[in-house]
Amino acid sequence: MKPAEQVTVLKINGDEVSAHADQTILDVARENGIEIPTLCYLENLTEVGGCRLCLVEIKGAAKLQPACVTRVREGMEVATHSSRLDTYRRKILELIFTERNHICSVCVANGNCDLQDMAAALGMDHVTYPYLNPSVPVDLSHELFGIDQNRCILCTRCVRVCAEIEGAHTWDVRNSGINSRVFTDFNEPWGESQTCTNCGKCVNVCPTGALFKKGKAVGERTRQIDFLPYLKTMREELK
Amino acid sequence: MTKTIMIDPVTRIEGHAKITIELDERGEVSDAHFHVTQVRGFEKLCEGRPFQEMPSLMARICGICPVSHLLASATACDALMAVRIPQTALFLRRVMNLAQIVQSHALSFFYLSSPDLLLGMDSNSAERNLIGVLQANPQLARDGIRLRQFGQQIIESLGGKRIHPGWIVPGGVSEPLDVKKRDAILAETPEMLEIAQRTLTWFKTVMSDYHEEIETFANFPSLYMGLVNDEGKLSYYSGKLRIADASGRILVDHHNPEEYSELIGEAVEPWSYLKSAYYIPYGYPEGIYRVGPLARLNVANGARTERADREWREFRQHGVVSSSFHYHYARLIEILYGIERIEQILSHPKILSKHVRADAKPNNFEGVGAAEAPRGTLFHHYKIDEHGLITWVNLIIATGQNNLAMNRGVLQAARRFVHGERIEEGALNRVEAVIRAFDPCLSCSTHAAGQMPLEIQLARADGVVVDRVMRG
Repeated sequence: MKPAEQVTVLKINGDEVSAHADQTILDVARENGIEIPTLCYLENLTEVGGCRLCLVEIKGAAKLQPACVTRVREGMEVATHSSRLDTYRRKILELIFTERNHICSVCVANGNCDLQDMAAALGMDHVTYPYLNPSVPVDLSHELFGIDQNRCILCTRCVRVCAEIEGAHTWDVRNSGINSRVFTDFNEPWGESQTCTNCGKCVNVCPTGALFKKGKAVGERTRQIDFLPYLKTMREELK
Repeated sequence: MTKTIMIDPVTRIEGHAKITIELDERGEVSDAHFHVTQVRGFEKLCEGRPFQEMPSLMARICGICPVSHLLASATACDALMAVRIPQTALFLRRVMNLAQIVQSHALSFFYLSSPDLLLGMDSNSAERNLIGVLQANPQLARDGIRLRQFGQQIIESLGGKRIHPGWIVPGGVSEPLDVKKRDAILAETPEMLEIAQRTLTWFKTVMSDYHEEIETFANFPSLYMGLVNDEGKLSYYSGKLRIADASGRILVDHHNPEEYSELIGEAVEPWSYLKSAYYIPYGYPEGIYRVGPLARLNVANGARTERADREWREFRQHGVVSSSFHYHYARLIEILYGIERIEQILSHPKILSKHVRADAKPNNFEGVGAAEAPRGTLFHHYKIDEHGLITWVNLIIATGQNNLAMNRGVLQAARRFVHGERIEEGALNRVEAVIRAFDPCLSCSTHAAGQMPLEIQLARADGVVVDRVMRG
C-alpha cells in the first residue's frame, strides 16, 4: 500500500488550492486554470527559469520568484498578476526584442511564434529600450534545417530536448549575458555536427523562427510537439 | 534675391525628389535636373539572409507595387533553385501581376494625373486633386476608384492581403486558386472592361486640348525596352527582352532577361541617388531608353486580346509614339489589356489545379528574375553561397531606366514653359506633370520612404537660387 501523499494547501490570487508537495507553482496554477506567461518552459522538459516571464509575487518574500522552478509550500500566498508583474513582463519582452533582430514580417514563424503571441497577449505594443542591432550569423549548413541566431531568445528548449529526449546533446550554450549563443558540438557549423541525428526535435520545440526547416517561405513554419510526452514516458521506462 | 514660395498640398508623385532649373545670362533655361535625394540600401541589407526570404523582404521596398518585387524576386529564386514552376503557378502569378498593373495604373491615371487632364494644367492648385475630379466629373472619379479596387481585391483574394502578400514564393505560389474566388473575379470583369473602354474614349476627347504638352513632355527620339512573348506581342511576365529604336527598328529581340547586363549599364551622377540606366552598345548618355507603358506598346507587335489589340493598332497608327505625355494613353490601354487577359487566364481549364509549387534546394549560385512592373521592366539579380545565403544583390528598377528620359523631359518642358526669374504656377505644374507622366516610383528606385515633397529651384548662371517652390 502506498503511503498517503502529503497535500499542501496554498493560496493563489486569494483562492485556496491544494497541491502535492513536489509541484511547482506553475504546475498548480495551470491545473487550476490560472495562466502564467512562459517562454522557456515546455512541459516534459526540465525547467530552467531562464526567461523570467513566470515571475510571481510571494507574500513575505522580498524577491519575485519564477513560478516554473519554485516548489509550493504550506500556507504560501502567491499573486500571479499585478501591475508590477505586468510591467516587468512587458519589459522582459522588450529586452528580448531589442537584444537580437526580430523582423516578424519576413520570418518563417510569422503567425506561429510564441514570442509574437506573448507580445500580443501582454500588450507589448512599443519597445522603449534602444535596439542593439547585433550582427549575428545565420547557419544553413545543415541538410534539412537552418538556424537564424537573430531570432534566438536563448530559451534553451533546443538544448534540453536534444539532451533529455533525443539523448544526443548536440546543442549547448556558450559565452554569457548578451553574448550567449546556442551552438552545436564544438562550435562547428551545424551541417558538420558529428552528434546531430537530424531528428528535428529542436526545430519543433523552438518558440520562434530561430530553428526552421529549410525551404519554407515567410509564415510557413509548422510545429509538431505532441511527440514529447510519449518519448518522455518511454525514456523513463527505460530507466 | 532668393525667394521661397510654399505650395500645399503634396504633389502627386510617389517618393522624394526635387527639380533644379538653371538659367543663362539672358534668363533663359540652360539646364534642368531631376534629383532624387534619398537612399534606402535594400541591396545591402539583405546580404546574409536565406534566399527563400527574399520575395517578402524585397516586397517591402514598396507598398504600391509589392507584387512586382515579389514576382521578380521569386523568379530569381526559381532560377537559384533551377526549377521550372508548374504551369498553373505561372498562370496565377500572371494574374496577380496584371491585377497589380491595373490597380497601379488606376492610381497613376485617376488619382494622380486625371486632375491635370480634367481640370487643366493651369487650374486652381487647391482644387486640382481627386476631390476636384469627383466634383467636376463624378463618374470619372468613381471609375478610378472601382478599377483600383478591382485590382487590389484580386491581389487580396489570391494572396490573403492587399499589400505585401506572401503568396508568391520561390517555386510557385503557396496556395492554389479556389473556384469561388475565380468566379467572383470573373463576375466583375465585364463592368471593368466597360470602365476601361469608357475612360479611353474620354481620354481621346481631351487629348486635343494638350497639343503643347504632347509636343514638349519628354517628346524626343529614344530607345524603348520591354518584355514580349514569342510572337513579339505584349508580355508582362516570363517574356523575352526586346529593344526598339525611335523608328521602330528592332535592335535586340528574344534576349534572355537573365543576360540583362549585356545590354544595360548603370551610371551614377553626383546630383542624384537614382542611378541612370543606359543601353551599353550606344554608351552613356547616348544609350537613353524608356521603359513602361509607352515603351511596351512601342516595342510590341500587338496585344493578344481583342479590345487591347484594337486600341494598340490605333495608338500605333503613325508608328512609334515618342511623347511621354502618351504614357497616360498607354496606361489606359494596358488597363484594358490587363482586365481582358485576367479574364482569359482565369478561364483556362488548368487554372484550378492544386499543383502550384515546385521544390528544390539551391542549385545555382546566381539567378535573375524579370517582370514588367507597372512602371517598366524590373530586374532582380541575386548571388548566394553554397548553403543558400545571399551574398550579393542588384536591382534594376523601372524608374532608374527612365531617369535619363525624365531629366531630358524636364529640360524640354522647362525651356518651353519657364521664362525669366519667376516660376508661374502653371509652368511649375507642367514641369511636374512631365515627371508625373512617367509615374516614377522613387521609393522603389532609391528604396526611399515617405511622401514626396517636390521642390523646384531656379538658379541663375552664377549659381544663385533666384526662386524656389516647395510642395509637400
